[in-house]
Amino acid sequence: MAEPEDWPAEVFSVFRRNDIRQVAYVPDAGLTRLIALCRSEPAMRAVVLTTEEEGVAMVAGAWLGGERGALLMQSSGIGNCINMMSLVTQCRFPLLAVVTMRGQWGEFNPWQVPMGQNGAAALRLAGAHVYEVAEAERLGETVEAAARLAFEGSLAAAVLIAQRIIGTKTFGRGGHG
Amino acid sequence: MAEAEARLLERRAVVAKLLAERGDTLVVAGLGSAAWDVTAAGDHPLNFPMWGAMGGAVAFALGLALAQPQRRTLVLSGDGDLLMGLGSLATVAVQRPANLAIVALDNERYGETGMQETATAAGIDLAGIAAACGFPVAATVRDERQLAAAIPQIRSVPGPVFVAIKIRAETLPLVLPPKDGTLLKLRFRQALLGPQAG
Repeated sequence: MAEPEDWPAEVFSVFRRNDIRQVAYVPDAGLTRLIALCRSEPAMRAVVLTTEEEGVAMVAGAWLGGERGALLMQSSGIGNCINMMSLVTQCRFPLLAVVTMRGQWGEFNPWQVPMGQNGAAALRLAGAHVYEVAEAERLGETVEAAARLAFEGSLAAAVLIAQRIIGTKTFGRGGHG
Repeated sequence: MAEAEARLLERRAVVAKLLAERGDTLVVAGLGSAAWDVTAAGDHPLNFPMWGAMGGAVAFALGLALAQPQRRTLVLSGDGDLLMGLGSLATVAVQRPANLAIVALDNERYGETGMQETATAAGIDLAGIAAACGFPVAATVRDERQLAAAIPQIRSVPGPVFVAIKIRAETLPLVLPPKDGTLLKLRFRQALLGPQAG
């Protein structure tokens, strides 16, 4: 069992257990280690996106072709996904999204606040089932539960990782990147 | 109007040619006229016609192509859909899926909403954008001779392939595929993966 602070390794091992083969992402500082783990895994294809909605469509296409995918993004990307969620909900494609939150806890950048504060509600309105996690030691089990809902239930599931877990960005004044 | 008349190719004839002898090709059709054209050529369980999700056809097909590297995945989509998802051409080019071909059915119009001009009517060059992204094959087709030369590339050369086909702006009778997304998904997966696929 990984230490709680090594949640990226735990989420990665959940991805491996669930046979995730395609990982689509728009980076966030808080996702750096998880993205690096996925990129270095030969059984996974890590795909950098130009906008998050591409990932919603891409992992749906993966499922159509018989593979499982996951989407990684930060909270500001939630808004970019809204219309593409119609593909997921109307066709009952599985969607497993892992979202690192900004705009919640000690945020210095007010432009991050709209999606940070409203992202969960926006995802719910778009048809996703949302799991908000505020404790690092709960992340592995929550991603596991979300994966089951997505792939066994053919539903959209998003795990939102609270900013308090990730740390506050301070632009070089002592916080996490 | 002279410019419009210079686009001689008719979309339904073009799509019928592209899908003749399709073999086990997986077909994704972008929303609107492209989906109706693909259906007019013959409804097929290995067609995935979109009824919405504008801008998503290429990214969707990328996931499919990566999951099925032994099969050709062919995207047929309009200029409006492709313009909304231009970034996905960069995303595809980074991955370089050899089995993915993208065909733009470019009538330089938003055909479902009143034939308003798209950016390609002002000269925006979709194949040029694909070439700049690094697609090993990126071409524009304007006549039957060029179409005949492009068809083998679309079907079988290592890609990703991008071909923009300039077609007439014409309003044709609707030929609609099934609208229920779960039906489209399930019939495709069962045809591809076997009857046990849910």
